[in-house]
Amino acid sequence: MTAVRRLGAALAPPAVAVLIALAITALLLTVLGVDAGTALRALVDFGGSAQGQANQLRTLLSGAVPLFLAGVAVSVAFRMNLFNIGVEGQYRVATVCAAYVGGELALPMPLHVLVIVLVAMLAGAAYAAVPAVLKVTRGVNEVITTIMLNSIAVGLAAYLVAGPFRDSTAGEGGNPTTRPLGESARLPGFQDSFLLLGLQPPTRPVTGFLVVAVVVGVVVALLVSRTRFGFELRASGANPTAAVASGIPAKAMVLRAMLLSGALAGLVGLPELLSEDYSYGTSFTSGLGFTGIAVALLGRNSVPGIAVAALLFSFLDRAGPSLETQGIPPSVSTIIQGTVVLTVVVVNEVAARLLARREDRRVRGRTEPAAVPAAAAQQGEGRA
Amino acid sequence: MTVDTSERTAVPASPGRRVSRGRVLLLGLAGVVVLLSLTRVVTGADVLTSSGTAAALLVLALPIALAGLGGLIAERAGVVNIGLEGMLILGTWGAGWAGFQWGPWAALLAAVVGGALGGLLHAVATVTFGVNHIISGVAINLLAAGFVRFLSELFLVGRSGGGATQSASIVGSVPSLSLPVLSSGPDLLGRLEATRLPVLADLGGLLGGLTRDVSVFQIVAVLLFPLVGWLLWRTRLGLRWRSSGEAPTAAETLGVDVVRIRYLAVTLSGALAGFGGLFLVLFAGRYIEGQTGGRGYIGLAAMIFGNWRPGGLLSGSLLFGFTDALRLRAPDAVIALLLLVAVVLLVLAVVSFVRHRRVATVLAGATGVVALLGWLLLDSLPLQVVATTPYIVTLVVLAVASQSLRPPRAAGLPYRRGQA
Repeated sequence: MTAVRRLGAALAPPAVAVLIALAITALLLTVLGVDAGTALRALVDFGGSAQGQANQLRTLLSGAVPLFLAGVAVSVAFRMNLFNIGVEGQYRVATVCAAYVGGELALPMPLHVLVIVLVAMLAGAAYAAVPAVLKVTRGVNEVITTIMLNSIAVGLAAYLVAGPFRDSTAGEGGNPTTRPLGESARLPGFQDSFLLLGLQPPTRPVTGFLVVAVVVGVVVALLVSRTRFGFELRASGANPTAAVASGIPAKAMVLRAMLLSGALAGLVGLPELLSEDYSYGTSFTSGLGFTGIAVALLGRNSVPGIAVAALLFSFLDRAGPSLETQGIPPSVSTIIQGTVVLTVVVVNEVAARLLARREDRRVRGRTEPAAVPAAAAQQGEGRA
Repeated sequence: MTVDTSERTAVPASPGRRVSRGRVLLLGLAGVVVLLSLTRVVTGADVLTSSGTAAALLVLALPIALAGLGGLIAERAGVVNIGLEGMLILGTWGAGWAGFQWGPWAALLAAVVGGALGGLLHAVATVTFGVNHIISGVAINLLAAGFVRFLSELFLVGRSGGGATQSASIVGSVPSLSLPVLSSGPDLLGRLEATRLPVLADLGGLLGGLTRDVSVFQIVAVLLFPLVGWLLWRTRLGLRWRSSGEAPTAAETLGVDVVRIRYLAVTLSGALAGFGGLFLVLFAGRYIEGQTGGRGYIGLAAMIFGNWRPGGLLSGSLLFGFTDALRLRAPDAVIALLLLVAVVLLVLAVVSFVRHRRVATVLAGATGVVALLGWLLLDSLPLQVVATTPYIVTLVVLAVASQSLRPPRAAGLPYRRGQA
């Protein structure tokens, strides 16, 4: 019974928040003269044909993978109240480095992918080390430094891909890219496996990086909840003073959390690199890091929550084209995403207050009658 | 979530050697002019202190400064406002939308209202619902970016050349003024600039650029800084305002309505950011998506650099505006800045060495040497790297400056009425 209740308490606030966000968006759309009914119908429309539905499902799953990874990266730092807004820049730098190394190397299949993944994680961690070191040695707020580093990453990646990392075999014309990955670095995807579920195979496969994302999710969940590092991470976040008093080194924890967060951020661009683009160019998807923050907030820093949030965001992103065919601005899905995040943090706060009040009442009901007047008096004083 | 978002340590001012703040500011400015003049003479980059650069500096510094001022009044009341970027975005959209239809005065109104609405949203989330200030701010930034795209698709597409990512051109113009004699007519400052003498020509160029053809909006914006300083440090309301940011529960026991002050502060904060957005739109002649380019965050960095005071904030913004102006007007001259950065970092390394801070010495020394080598060895910087100058300068400045700062004590901390 309690397990069910706990699950209910964990799921209810986000669900309520999503409903409130939909209501607010519908209201907003109506005020601005857009038919909210059509918009919401277009959001859930997967198309009529079996092939179309399979393709929509593929877009949903493939789109959720990078968002999930970005959300997990953000959440690791969030766990100890470090705001790594820099996932955006970290994955950009990591992807351009990984694409360069992967393109220039020729290795057998599993090793090649492994090297690319390692380079990406190292580059992401190295880029995240800058704000971490600045915070630890100079006390600079990581929110501002990571944001500055995001903008620097845009210039840095553009410079690298146009200069030292440019594909030397390609001609001078066209947009600069890194050298395309060889066959041994191209990740196979899920396409025919749709048949096992009784579905039509989609025209393009779901990224094979889905497996990596699942593994990363499980590892991070275990790391945070079952290891000493995870305990120290959570303790530093929940009560920094108590954590320091019990011997957890605060500065080392900042470094470790940021480096881990950066290493995970390095994975964000890889699904696109390894199973779609095979090279880094100016048109590489941007903004995944920022959306990752929203996904982490929505998922309340828990790995399963982040997975659900990533699927929800990908679900909304996927609706863009079908909104457009209905004559509705596709940015409606962005608005819903933003509203969901804001309402979810508000609803979380309200839910926490309600829970605290209920707990308060429950505890007071159990205490000795003699103690009640004192507690009530205190409560009354507090309300004054 | 109870978070102490401000990990900057408080350092009490030593009572022994207290110099008036105005004098420090003047000395600092004089030092900057001399340093710039030296750099100009050594590198021959006249554009460093030309009047054109100074004029662009004012245009580019004001959005940053106004966003920073918004951050200042919010944090002085105890609310951290990372959402300034979003409010700046709302301001630019409002200015673009109203500006192409009804001219600059309507743009001013729409920009301020747009920013204020963003601020109000932040106030509702943080003050009424007690949401973590950083989280709410980040959410507002995400929301604002999506919202303006949506609004553009509804209200800008197909209207006199507007599209999903930009508005039509702003109509009308803003009246502007010049200083008589000094920067117009006889134009004494302009003649001084033409002499090319060290320090004097630099002074003539900078002052001339800052006082020639200044728009009414710019004058109002600059006057806001002494006004906020007077309001916060010289009036009764200001005392209550700052006490809400230092010790809200104590203020509450004395009858201060902390909630109302914070609402006022955060809404005004958004309005100021929106006003800043107006300058970006007027500069570009239209609203363009993404034209804020993180200036809301740079404004916060300027506020931290300025130790949560209007004067310091303004000088920080001038620094960022200067690097921005330089990279836009003369990308080739940016390399001259490397020399400046190298000198500053090497001085910092020496200071850290004297204070036995080993890590800081190594970091500052190494970066300084790299900057110096870069200046000596490179002929020009790649354009993509030049574009990141303001952000790199922000990083360097924060790393150098953020030691002896004292933020408002309760900024970012959770507060609920009735817990005193």
